[in-house]
Amino acid sequence: MTTTAPGARSANSPISTPVKREITTKPRFSDKVFRGVATAGGLSSLVILGLILIFLGYQGFQVLRSEGFGFITGSNWQVMQDNAGNTDLAASTFGIAAMLIGTLLCAAMAVVIAVPISVLCALYLTFYAPQLLKKIMVAVIDLMAAFPSILFGMWGFFILMPHVEYWGRLIHKYFSWIPLFKMEIPVFTRSPFVAGVVLAIMIIPIITSVSREIFSQTPLDRVQAAYALGATRWSMIRAVVIPYGRSGVVGGAMLGLGRAMGETVAVYTVLNLVYQINWHVLIGAGGNVASMILLKFGEAGPTETRALMAAGLVLFLLTLLVNSIANTIVSRTGGKGR
Amino acid sequence: MINPNEDGNDEMETKTTPSSLSDVANATKARKQPGSGALGVGLEARGIHAWFGDKLVLRDISLDFWSGTVTALIGPSGCGKSTFIRTLNRMHEFIPGAAMAGEVLLNGQDIYEQGTDVTKIRLKVGMVFQKPNPFPSMTIADNVLAGLKLAQLKTENKDDLLEECLERAGLWNEVKDRLNAYGGSLSGGQQQRLCIARSLAVRPEVLLMDEPCSALDPGSTLKIEETIQHLSSSMTIIIVTHNMQQAARVSDYTGFFLSDGGPGELVEVGPTSEIFSRPKDTRTENYVTGRFG
Amino acid sequence: MSTVTVPKVKPTRPWKRTPKQQALMAANLLISAVVSYFVVLATPMKGKLAYLAIFFIAVIAINFAESYFKSGLAAAKDSIATSFAAAGLIIAVVPIFSILFTIFDRGRAGLNFNLFLHDMKSNGPNDPLGQGGLLHALVGSGIMVGIALLISLPIGILTAIYLTEIKGIYSRPIKFLVQAMSGVPSIVAGLFILSAIVFPITKSSSGLMGGLALSILMIPTIARTSEEVLLLIPNDLREAGVALGGTQWRTISLIVVPAAKSGLITATILGLARVAGETAPLVLVSGGGDAVNPNPFHAPMGSLPFYIWKGFTYGTPESIARSWAGIFVLLSLIFLLFIAARTLSGSGAKK
Repeated sequence: MTTTAPGARSANSPISTPVKREITTKPRFSDKVFRGVATAGGLSSLVILGLILIFLGYQGFQVLRSEGFGFITGSNWQVMQDNAGNTDLAASTFGIAAMLIGTLLCAAMAVVIAVPISVLCALYLTFYAPQLLKKIMVAVIDLMAAFPSILFGMWGFFILMPHVEYWGRLIHKYFSWIPLFKMEIPVFTRSPFVAGVVLAIMIIPIITSVSREIFSQTPLDRVQAAYALGATRWSMIRAVVIPYGRSGVVGGAMLGLGRAMGETVAVYTVLNLVYQINWHVLIGAGGNVASMILLKFGEAGPTETRALMAAGLVLFLLTLLVNSIANTIVSRTGGKGR
Repeated sequence: MINPNEDGNDEMETKTTPSSLSDVANATKARKQPGSGALGVGLEARGIHAWFGDKLVLRDISLDFWSGTVTALIGPSGCGKSTFIRTLNRMHEFIPGAAMAGEVLLNGQDIYEQGTDVTKIRLKVGMVFQKPNPFPSMTIADNVLAGLKLAQLKTENKDDLLEECLERAGLWNEVKDRLNAYGGSLSGGQQQRLCIARSLAVRPEVLLMDEPCSALDPGSTLKIEETIQHLSSSMTIIIVTHNMQQAARVSDYTGFFLSDGGPGELVEVGPTSEIFSRPKDTRTENYVTGRFG
Repeated sequence: MSTVTVPKVKPTRPWKRTPKQQALMAANLLISAVVSYFVVLATPMKGKLAYLAIFFIAVIAINFAESYFKSGLAAAKDSIATSFAAAGLIIAVVPIFSILFTIFDRGRAGLNFNLFLHDMKSNGPNDPLGQGGLLHALVGSGIMVGIALLISLPIGILTAIYLTEIKGIYSRPIKFLVQAMSGVPSIVAGLFILSAIVFPITKSSSGLMGGLALSILMIPTIARTSEEVLLLIPNDLREAGVALGGTQWRTISLIVVPAAKSGLITATILGLARVAGETAPLVLVSGGGDAVNPNPFHAPMGSLPFYIWKGFTYGTPESIARSWAGIFVLLSLIFLLFIAARTLSGSGAKK
């Protein structure tokens, strides 16, 4: 404000505050069309998710209304028919509590098994492995993430299950004092534990690649600062990498949890579905919403199919919730400085 | 505000030593005799070559660093100064494909010898980086003492060590009331002095500084330079800098690195006053007078 | 400096393991193996698990002792961490190799050239292995994945363009929704098509329904991978295009998308690989016929996953052998897609 050119307009106000000018561009017609099309494409995810919600809700509404909260708190699944052979909705009961709890139990077990293995694996690949081994292993683990679930199911059924049953026996022998591992009937086949192990193997690649991504973003200057202070690799990891990557790993674990909860075929092949809440993971009786849908679908009449759609709605909302939390955590870790 | 004055006095004392330094300077000319002269040799680099992949980036650098002195390494960017000091505490090997030749003697012992514990080397040869990099998940106090935790060292009195290190780094007065605040809450210059204090806590014999002021404002730079002056009496300091005035201000010896597109080489080394007033090599002269670089 | 005549100096890497250290490591592993053998022999423990556990403990103990006496506690702790990290990798990859071996081992019996020439319309799953084939499944899978591709490719890439190029006000929520969509369980995708189309309208399953269900799973994969690819395109390319007076549409269609071409193809291939093996939604909506059915609008359509599923649930040795052969074919296809994606993205990165 010291020098004002002769005839400058600002002379009439002693303190001239610059007013921000709005910069506007009027897009050309072709751009308008293009933007419209791309926006429509972008909104498709919203539309599809909304449609899933609407249609599953619409088809399942009848059942949900007649069952109320009993649909998620009850464990009975009984279809009654009236004299004409049609399903009698009032007399039938649909409750998925056992299936829901089984789903959570198997998925939680899978995460508990998979997280330590994946984190160690990711640490090894990021900080220990020689370049060549790292390259090969990253490709192999990525490939494993693309294996179809029916493959895990069949492999789990024929190859893995005998081993896991044996591990189950060992656990039962030494840890049966823990309520979770108690057994009343010694049936180890097709237990939630087996399903948990198969699911763990399925989600290891997911958690490993998320963790690896996060670990490799650890700021290099901090890593070097730690090494320059005489840190060993492990003390560097503890001081720098773990504080930085902790929440990202939690996010990755939750992504794995979401995937494990929604898995269908792999669980179907290795789990014995029983309509009874069972917390004892070694016993060959468990529940799983997705597998139940697949199992019941073949012989279901119209009303029961509607009940299955209601169950699908519950599963959808559950996985949506878990995945949303997971993605929020992961994306926050990536952007933040610490 | 009393301490800074005292610091100033100390500085005066160190500044009054040039008479003895010129003796050392004479000794430098007849170098290659480790241990000769009034001051011992802190670190010796012998025929250092460095490669990234197949590319030779440093050729045959031999340099002695005397304890109790500050040696500045100057030169245009890309001449291998940073690579060179990273070979001195074995940080060079973190770059994939890196290779080296030659030896670095610390107290007469080659730090690249088979079976040497590299973490112990890095404890004795500390490093301060270009960008201040305190650990953000730790408090100021934890940051200073991080080295002890990382290397699993024991110390009797942590509080004394904490105060001593922050004092030597010239940061104590500014942070003594908030030792439990996080390191990230400090200003850039304070963070860099925190990093210096952090390196001091493991009691290194040599301190490498890789352009420690290049990310700081002039005021903070001045403070760091005071700190360097202050520390130099008790250890060997090697500082890489782009700033010739800084080299002239803080260092006793200066080495000039240059690369003509090929590997970096050491053109000339000598007492700082000589390098800046009557360099022997015309390339050095051109550089210090600002004709290029 | 003094001597400038440099003798040829060879680069060395003193930080690499020396042969002596490698020999020491091998000796450690060997000793541990011997220890585990004798410990298992001497104690009531038995089984592979016991051998492995003792072996692992022995390796850790020897490493710990060695580095403790050589370099102290910090190094010893580091050696434990190293052993555990390596064990993590081994545990993670053992299933992969077991799976690959199993497929090769069990799939071999059912493999023959006839598989690719015949369908199952005149054969039951229990018939001897040489009869019938999976032509119908291959055709069906191809048609359904093709339908899914036709739907998902434009939507996925438009979504990616919206997120990276238009950056409209909905960018953040849409990014979030795309991520949420990639977590939709495959059975829910099937149920959705069932509830929205099959159940109220068509009342019958067909290949088109299968393709629609697959596209729900494919859109987020393509969108997310394409987004990453487009983000890698440097901004100056866009600015150069606009600065030359191009409209945004022309800049993106003539400059940005061609620059990202190989990456976008990779994204598409990865999307294909993801849905090619989906089983649950196809069981719900595609019907799964036994004859070659080239018409996606009418009548049930077979697919590879369904073929495998059917063989497995039928449960006889022959039908299960058919399943393994089907998996062999399916995984080979996925493997080929994967290699194609890798090669493409590799060659794209070099440019």
